[in-house]
Amino acid sequence: MLPKIFSSSVFKKILMSLTGFGLVGFLITHLIGNANLYRSGSDPFNTYAAKLHSLGPILEVAEIGLLGMFVLHIVTALQLKFRSRNARQDRYAVNASKKGPSKSGFISQNMALSGLLILAFVVLHVKQLHFGPGMDAGYVTNVTGESTRDIHRLVVETFSDPLNVALYVAAMIVLGLHLRHGFWSAFQSLGLTCERSSKALYIASGLLAALIAGGFLFMPIWIYFGVQS
Amino acid sequence: MSQNISVKVKVWRQDGPQATGQFESFDLSGISTDMSFLEMLDTLNEQLLKEGKRPVEFDSDCREGICGSCGCMINGMAHGPERGATVCQLHMRSFKNGQTIVVEPWRATAFPVIKDLVVDRSAFDRIIAAGGYVSVKSGRHADANVMLVPKDTAEKAMDVAQCIGCGACVAACPNASASLFTGAKITHLALLPQGKVEAARRVQRMTDQMDSEGFGGCTNIGECLAACPKEIKMEAIVSMRREFIKGAFAEPPRQAGSDNA
Ligand code: HEM
Ligand code: FES
Repeated sequence: MLPKIFSSSVFKKILMSLTGFGLVGFLITHLIGNANLYRSGSDPFNTYAAKLHSLGPILEVAEIGLLGMFVLHIVTALQLKFRSRNARQDRYAVNASKKGPSKSGFISQNMALSGLLILAFVVLHVKQLHFGPGMDAGYVTNVTGESTRDIHRLVVETFSDPLNVALYVAAMIVLGLHLRHGFWSAFQSLGLTCERSSKALYIASGLLAALIAGGFLFMPIWIYFGVQS
Repeated sequence: MSQNISVKVKVWRQDGPQATGQFESFDLSGISTDMSFLEMLDTLNEQLLKEGKRPVEFDSDCREGICGSCGCMINGMAHGPERGATVCQLHMRSFKNGQTIVVEPWRATAFPVIKDLVVDRSAFDRIIAAGGYVSVKSGRHADANVMLVPKDTAEKAMDVAQCIGCGACVAACPNASASLFTGAKITHLALLPQGKVEAARRVQRMTDQMDSEGFGGCTNIGECLAACPKEIKMEAIVSMRREFIKGAFAEPPRQAGSDNA
């Protein structure tokens, strides 16, 4: 019984939703942690980073889980995308939306595109910061009494380059658009909405998308203009 | 007020399932705004027959919006610009004098074109055959109200039971997904006491059939809701997912003749 269920498009949608929610959960914790960048000086952020990394194996397990969700989300998304591609091989000469209850639009119809752009961004982001210069390159701080990585310095250096600022801002806009449709969609995929709640949920998920994207988006701008010093 | 208008109809012509189709344009004048869209096509066909040409093939039956036979894409919209109406209930007053009207068949791999605007929707029949029924000996029909159903449940079931299987949801969906149709049938039967018994098995079989017919996956865009002539709501699809999850956790059915001890 179970193996057959895995190939169902309804199941795949549930998987998209669960991994999507998981990724949103990550984004929220990531945002709260990174909000330390908005505080003055390098200490708050470096202290947070040091504490996070002192979690050791717990953090590693969480990171592997996150990677797993990310991969599962992408693989399932592409499977569904190909299924839909095949489901309409001959295109319409004219396409139009009947509006009303329809959420058809550029955002909702291009989730794979926004998703792949996010993927490209994530690869760059992890390479720049996570795998960027560390303690052996002289990025050392002593906020916690011990020597830890001065990640604040790396962030500030990264965002002193206007090209990086523009890139991160653009990526966050794309993320916001993905979540605009995605977050609300995830509730539907899990069977969690009813007629009365869906309108309020659509608005609420739009606000959440804006909050997440906006929260991240202003970090590079804030640092670039040196508001914190 | 009734009025006569002229329109240019650009309609999809395809001689058969294997043939390659193309658009053909016709100028029509003296079209009454009181005509239905299909009556306008009838007028076109009379004209074509007089000229000894092959008429435009399209499906229709009841012409009162209840059978689900008719349907085509009009200017990129399933059943045309009017909401809550099939093409037989769409009137020419919805169009402007001199307007170009592009008419295409439903396009989905699971709905192959047979001729012009006629598509094969038997994939829907097979989804129904997979589980869209109740396995009971029906015998003579029972008296009304023998099985009591709460009013609000009956109304919810009626909302989804209105589906006439026209295929507009599939046609309008950017993914060519049959989720609204399948969801409506599953929801309808799952709400009522007669259908509840087989709910778990039904949802699996019907969604499996939906997948194997080659329909796309739903991305919750909801263009189907706008296209549905019966204005069936998203709740039909959401409740299909709920039934799917419930069904996945349900005890698998016993094989007939197995030991019940
Ligand atoms: C931070 C990263 C991401 C988050 C928070 C996220 C979140 C979400 C959520 C909540 C959904 C809705 C799921 C549903 O409809 O049930 C979704 C859908 C989707 N995501 Fe993502 N996503 C992320 C990254 C990606 C990436 C990298 C891709 C790459 C291809 C992607 C592709 C898609 C697609 C194609 C859909 C539509 C699913 C469908 O067609 O059924 N996402 N995403
Ligand atoms: S002909 Fe019956 S619904 Fe249009």
